Amino acid sequence: MDFISILSIFVLACFVGYYVVWSVTPALHTPLMAVTNAISSVSVVGALIAAAASGLGAAGGVSKWLGLGAVVLASVNIFGGFAVTARMLAMYKKKEKK
Amino acid sequence: MVLQLLSAGAAGAVEHAATPSWAMFAYLVSGVLFILALRGLSSPATSRAGNRYGMIGMLIAVATTLVTHFPAVVNPDGETPAAIEHGLQTVPDFGSFGMIFAAIAIGGGIGFVIARRIAMTAMPQLVAAFHSLVGMAAVLVGWAAYLNPQAFGIAELTEVAGSEVSGLSADGASAFASAAVVLKIHAQSCIEMGLGIAIGAITFSGSIIAFLKLAGKMSGSPIMLPGRHVINLGTIIAILGLVGYFTMDQSLWVIGLITLLAFIIGFLLIIPIGGADMPVVVSMLNSYSGWAAAAMGFTLHNSAMIITGALVGSSGAILSYIMCKAMNRSFISVILGGFGTTTGPAMEITGEQVAIDAEGVAAALNEADSVIIVPGYGMAVAQAQHAVSELTRKLRASGKNVRFAIHPVAGRMPGHMNVLLAEAKVPYDIVMEMDEINEDFPDADVAMVIGANDIVNPSALEDPASPIAGMPVLEVWKAKTSIVMKRSMASGYAGVDNPLFYKENNRMLFGDAKKMLDEVLGALKG
Repeated sequence: MDFISILSIFVLACFVGYYVVWSVTPALHTPLMAVTNAISSVSVVGALIAAAASGLGAAGGVSKWLGLGAVVLASVNIFGGFAVTARMLAMYKKKEKK
Repeated sequence: MVLQLLSAGAAGAVEHAATPSWAMFAYLVSGVLFILALRGLSSPATSRAGNRYGMIGMLIAVATTLVTHFPAVVNPDGETPAAIEHGLQTVPDFGSFGMIFAAIAIGGGIGFVIARRIAMTAMPQLVAAFHSLVGMAAVLVGWAAYLNPQAFGIAELTEVAGSEVSGLSADGASAFASAAVVLKIHAQSCIEMGLGIAIGAITFSGSIIAFLKLAGKMSGSPIMLPGRHVINLGTIIAILGLVGYFTMDQSLWVIGLITLLAFIIGFLLIIPIGGADMPVVVSMLNSYSGWAAAAMGFTLHNSAMIITGALVGSSGAILSYIMCKAMNRSFISVILGGFGTTTGPAMEITGEQVAIDAEGVAAALNEADSVIIVPGYGMAVAQAQHAVSELTRKLRASGKNVRFAIHPVAGRMPGHMNVLLAEAKVPYDIVMEMDEINEDFPDADVAMVIGANDIVNPSALEDPASPIAGMPVLEVWKAKTSIVMKRSMASGYAGVDNPLFYKENNRMLFGDAKKMLDEVLGALKG
C-alpha cells in the first residue's frame, strides 16, 4: 500500500472514530477505556513480526527478544483488557437482582 | 558471515515487500470488528456482543500475522552456497514459534488473572497501568523495527562504493554502517518509527505517574517545577528535531536520545497535574496510546493498526474534551497543570453548617417520596457502593422514587461512578446523566450527596469570581432538603469553599460514607 492509501484509511477512520465514540453512552465510558486499551494492543502485530523474524546477527537477535517482550506486554493488555471489559459489562443490569 | 547476513537480508526484503492481498483484507476485517466493538457500547444491551466482536477482531489480526510471518530461518546450516545464492530458501523455525506462544501464554495469563482479581474501585489505576504497557510495547516494537528493519520491509540495501568490508561487530547497528552494503531505513519510515517510539515512551512514563497517583502510592497534589513550561517545550522541540535528524543519521544514539527524552517528557507532563484532573489525564493517555499504535501502523502499512489507532486516539481525545467541558476548563489549562486562580475576592458566605445524625437522615428519607443520590469520589474511597445499593433497594421497596445523578467528572475516570453502581447491582436505568436529571432537583424531597464536593458547588453558577465559575454542577440545593455526607469540613480539590454546606435547607452528615450509610440503614424503617 502506498502512503496516500494508508493516509486515506487513517483519516476516514478518525472520522468513524469520532462519530462512533460520541454515540457511546456516558455510563459505559469506563468499559470504553478498558476496551480501547485492549484493541490498541493490536500493535502486537508489529511485535509478532519482530519475534518471528529470522535472526540476523546480533541486532536481529536483540530485535527478536524485544519483539518477544512486546508480545508479552501486549498479551497482558489484550487478555486483561477484554476480560476486565467483559467483567464490567456483565454487571450492567436493568432489573434489580432478587 | 557477512555474506550470509546480506543474503538473508535481501531475502527478507523480497519476502516482505508485499503483504498478500488476503492478509490485507483480513486486517481490514479486524479493523471493522474493532469499530463494531466500540459501536456496541452505545447501550449496555449491545455492549457484550461488541466486546466479543473486539476479541474476534484481535484473533483475526494475530492469526493473520502468524500465518504470513511464520517464523522461518534462512539457510539453517549456514554453509550451503546454493541456498545463499538463491537467498529464498527458508525452513520453519519451530523454536521461535514456540517462544511466541509461550510469550502470549505468559502475558495472557497475567492479564487474565489481573482482570479477574482487580477490585472495581481500583479500575482507574488498572486502566493507567494497562496504558503504560501499550506505550512500552510500542517502544519495544519501534526498537525491534530499528534493529531489524528488513523483517518489517522498511529498509533497503544501498551499496556504498569504496567501503571496506569488515567483520561484524557485536553491535548490529554499527555493523550495518561498516559493511560494504549499507542498510538504509526509508526516510518516511524513520519519521513514523521515531514518532511511534516517542509517543509510546510518553504514554509509558506518563501512565506510570498517573498509576502511582491514582493508586495513592504518590501524592495526588500537583508537583510544580520552576520554569517547567520552558523545559517541557524545549524537550518536545528537541524530540521533534531529533526525529527529523533521524532520517539522515540512523545512528543508535539518535533513537536512544529520542526514547530517553520522550520518557522524561511523559514524566514531566503528568507530575504537575492534580488528583481531580485525573479523568482528563487518563483519557489523554488513552488517546496517546492510540496514536502510538497508529504511528506503528503507518510503519508496517497495516490497516488494522491504523484503524484501531485512529479509533482509540479519537476516543481518548473525545473523552478528554467531555471531561474538560464538565469542569469548564480548557484542555490547555489542565495540561499546564495546577488549578486556576481566583479572579477576585470570593463571595462572602453567610449562614452556618447544620449537622445531622444518621437517625435524622433516616427520618428525612422515610418522609421523602423522591430521592436523588449524587455519588462522588468519596463513595469510591469508602467502598460505600454496596451500602448505597442496599439503601436504594430498601427505599425502592417502600415505593419511593430513587434516582442517581452522575456528574461527568465524578470519580477519577470517565464513567467511574456508573461502574461502581453497576457492580453493586444498582439497575442502570435509574442512573442518570447530569443533563437528564438536573431539572428534576426542585421536585426531589431529598438530595443525598455522598463524598462529592466541587460538582455540587453553587458558587460555580452564582459567583463569577470563583475558580470554578462556569463549571456545570448538579443543583442539589434546589431539592427540598439536601444532605451532604462528608468525611470532614475540608474543602474539595479546587480548594474552594462550598456555600451549599451553609444553605438553610442543607444538612451535613460527617463521617466515613460506608459507616454512616450502615447507620442510616439500621435506622431506616421497613
